[in-house]
Amino acid sequence: MKFFTSFIVFLLFSHIASGAHIHVGPRFQVTSIRAALLLAKDNDTITVHHSLYTEGTIVVNKSITLIGDEWPVLDGQLKYEVVSIKADHVNISGFVIRNSGIAALNDPGGVKVYDRSNIVIENNVFENNFFAIYIQYGKNCLIKNNKIIGFGKEEQEIGNGIHCWKSDSLRIIANKISGHRDGIYFEFVTNSIVWRNISKRNIRYGLHFMFSNNDAYVNNIFEENGAGVAVMYTKHVTMYSNTFSQSNGDAAYGILLKEISDAEIIGNKFLSNTAALFLEGANRILIKKNVFSGNGWGLKIQANCMDNTITENNFSGNTFDISTNGSLVLNTFDYNYWDKYAGYDIDKNRQGDVPYHPLSIYSTIIENNPIAMLLYRSFIVSLMERTEKLIPSITPDNFRDNSPQMKPYEL
Amino acid sequence: MIRIEGLKKSFGKSEVLKDINLQLKRGQCIGLIGPNACGKTTLIKSILSMVLPNDGTIYFDQKSIAGDETYKNKIGYMPQIGRYPENMSIIQVIDMIKSIRQFDGQTDEELWVAFGLEQAKHKKMRTLSGGTTQKVSATLAFLFSPDVLILDEPTAGLDPLASEILREKIIMERQKGKLILITSHLLNELDDLLTDVIYMQDGKIVFFKNTDELLAMSNHGRISKAIGHYIKSAAV
Amino acid sequence: MNKITNFIITDIIKNKIIIIYTVILALFSWSVLSLEDNTAKAMLSLLNIILLAVPLMAVIFSTIYMYNSSEFIELLVSQPIKRKTIWLSHFAGLSISLSIAFILGIGLPIVVYSPDAAGFSILLMGLFITPIFIAIAMLCSILARDKARGIGIAIMVWLFLSLIYDGIVLYLMFQFADYPIEKPMVIMSALNPIDLARIMVLLKVDVSALMGYTGAIFKQIFGSQIGWIISLGLLTFWIVIPMWFSLIKFKNKDL
Repeated sequence: MKFFTSFIVFLLFSHIASGAHIHVGPRFQVTSIRAALLLAKDNDTITVHHSLYTEGTIVVNKSITLIGDEWPVLDGQLKYEVVSIKADHVNISGFVIRNSGIAALNDPGGVKVYDRSNIVIENNVFENNFFAIYIQYGKNCLIKNNKIIGFGKEEQEIGNGIHCWKSDSLRIIANKISGHRDGIYFEFVTNSIVWRNISKRNIRYGLHFMFSNNDAYVNNIFEENGAGVAVMYTKHVTMYSNTFSQSNGDAAYGILLKEISDAEIIGNKFLSNTAALFLEGANRILIKKNVFSGNGWGLKIQANCMDNTITENNFSGNTFDISTNGSLVLNTFDYNYWDKYAGYDIDKNRQGDVPYHPLSIYSTIIENNPIAMLLYRSFIVSLMERTEKLIPSITPDNFRDNSPQMKPYEL
Repeated sequence: MIRIEGLKKSFGKSEVLKDINLQLKRGQCIGLIGPNACGKTTLIKSILSMVLPNDGTIYFDQKSIAGDETYKNKIGYMPQIGRYPENMSIIQVIDMIKSIRQFDGQTDEELWVAFGLEQAKHKKMRTLSGGTTQKVSATLAFLFSPDVLILDEPTAGLDPLASEILREKIIMERQKGKLILITSHLLNELDDLLTDVIYMQDGKIVFFKNTDELLAMSNHGRISKAIGHYIKSAAV
Repeated sequence: MNKITNFIITDIIKNKIIIIYTVILALFSWSVLSLEDNTAKAMLSLLNIILLAVPLMAVIFSTIYMYNSSEFIELLVSQPIKRKTIWLSHFAGLSISLSIAFILGIGLPIVVYSPDAAGFSILLMGLFITPIFIAIAMLCSILARDKARGIGIAIMVWLFLSLIYDGIVLYLMFQFADYPIEKPMVIMSALNPIDLARIMVLLKVDVSALMGYTGAIFKQIFGSQIGWIISLGLLTFWIVIPMWFSLIKFKNKDL
């Protein structure tokens, strides 16, 4: 009974608390957001009506809900951070936030969260900000359905789209990010999920994360980013069903994995990247049921990678399926489909009866002597490759798929 | 009509024509005779610029033929051995030459009719006998009523009947005042056609004489005999 | 010129060899393109055809044709036609008929199955390679009076350009791997029409790979618009230069 009364009291209070509703706009008594924030108490709602607001930095230091009506514009005039969140439980939605200050020292953001939790940033449009959304020491935040556009030309001129640092339990869902340095940047972020985002045409990486353990990346699209996606110094990452396409250029990768262990890369599509998946110092990674199609290199696997399992993937239309820089093979490559496999299947078990050596000798040559690409696909090089496939002499003999599939998997 | 000045030609080391000078006029019917390999065919081919001289100039109607081909519109040429695209039929060859020459006058098809080529016109060139091929060559040479006729061993390979037809045709054309140049190593059949004779030996012209003059110099009634007589007398 | 070209084209099209050539090309490309669900792989098979079979066919067929055509040429020379016209008509006739065979055999299936940049670059290169090797064949036929020798020279040229040349380039690459050899190697490759055609196709087929460091040189030199123009210019040179030489030879030839 005691519990029940306290529950009623709580309901009553919370109703009163959320009851206060302040309107801001040219046609209202309160014309500036700053004024509204002074009036507001925790749990109030401020509705900002359509207008252009140039109020310098708006510091939200109360747990309030900020709602934009008909897309009010918050403009930082290229001088100020637009919104600084310095309270827990803040909701921001429906705004156009643009022109944050440009400075490298204090990293001004369109919206920046300072050491707070339970922040929701939803349905906003970010234009021409240095950092669009910046979360530092954030916890349990939701960033959803934002459209983030930067206009960066050079890496040093612009910050990241969604920048998260030393945070935990973030949910980054269905945002569209383009034109920033990195689309999504994680550093020391744990237990977070990145789901259904589209990160396109960012100057450096579509997604960049370092020292961020136990995160999951699902159903995202990374396209035409300067250097693709980089995953570094991280453990226990899962990457499911993402699409990595058209990361083209020198040192551009669908995914660059560096010092990674215990990750799962499953069901992704790698399409038309210069190098689809680059592994350096990567251990105990399961690469399964991915599609590698139309890439320059399917897998570039450095000799310092161990105990990785590459299985049930489709490799088709890649210039080179696999290349490596050493002769040591500590990874397994069984049960994949390779379109270059020319073996036969007499026992009709859908697997080729002779092992496939996916490592092309010429890819090894090109690794050391890039100009040799000039002769690729010439008659003499084809002869070389054929001979090497039949009688491996330079490429390691144990670099092979013992059960190459005759038909591609349906992925 | 045709003037040749200082014509020289050698194939490799062998000199085939050594300083030939000639002047051939309209209305002449000239026999170009001499032993085998004396340079007759080379001389003819030079006139047609099929062989290009090392030195000297050939004028056709006062114009040098070097680098020109329009003068060939006025020449009908019958080669010693006619060589034609094997896959073409007789009529195709005739039609092709007709279309290439873009001749706007009336074509002379007397020989075509007289040789009876109409019946064989769909035969492929490679299936033809040497004689029939020669008939085609002769027909082509006379087809466009050219001012100049160059006939290289015209009767070789022709049967007597065809030879006679060709002979009649040559006489007719001669009467029209054309320049006719006939090479041969045996002259008998064409003896009485000729107005002049050129005798060549070792790439040089031994003589170029009117037939009447030749006959007068020897007492023989036939040109071939007269030539033989002349050569002997020259050698002595 | 048109008339003679027409005669030659009709003559060649009636030729059994050219029909067999077209049929074989067609059989090959239709089967490769329809059976292979991976078009990129099919394209590479076609590329090999363009780089080996097409030039071989063009060079041998044209050399033999030129020798067999000597009677016809003789006949034409006795007629009021410029020698230049006769020679160029033969080139045009051979080029057009072999190109038609190529378009019917390979072009059509490409347009049906793979009308993309890679497909069209293969088509375009085939249409360059064909006349290039016809021009080479015509030069060979005029350099050697003897038919067997002429064909021999033609095959040697083909073998040299399609295999030996690349062997030499590869050898030099390894020998001088420690030196900045990019530029000379690029120039060497660009001087061989087969290599150049291959690189042009490579730029479309292996786009992704060539975007990397490996391809930086490619992109710079061949990939730019100027690069394309220069490359097409070089290929055109490979038609013009042998043609020009053979024409001079023909103009001075005694028949």
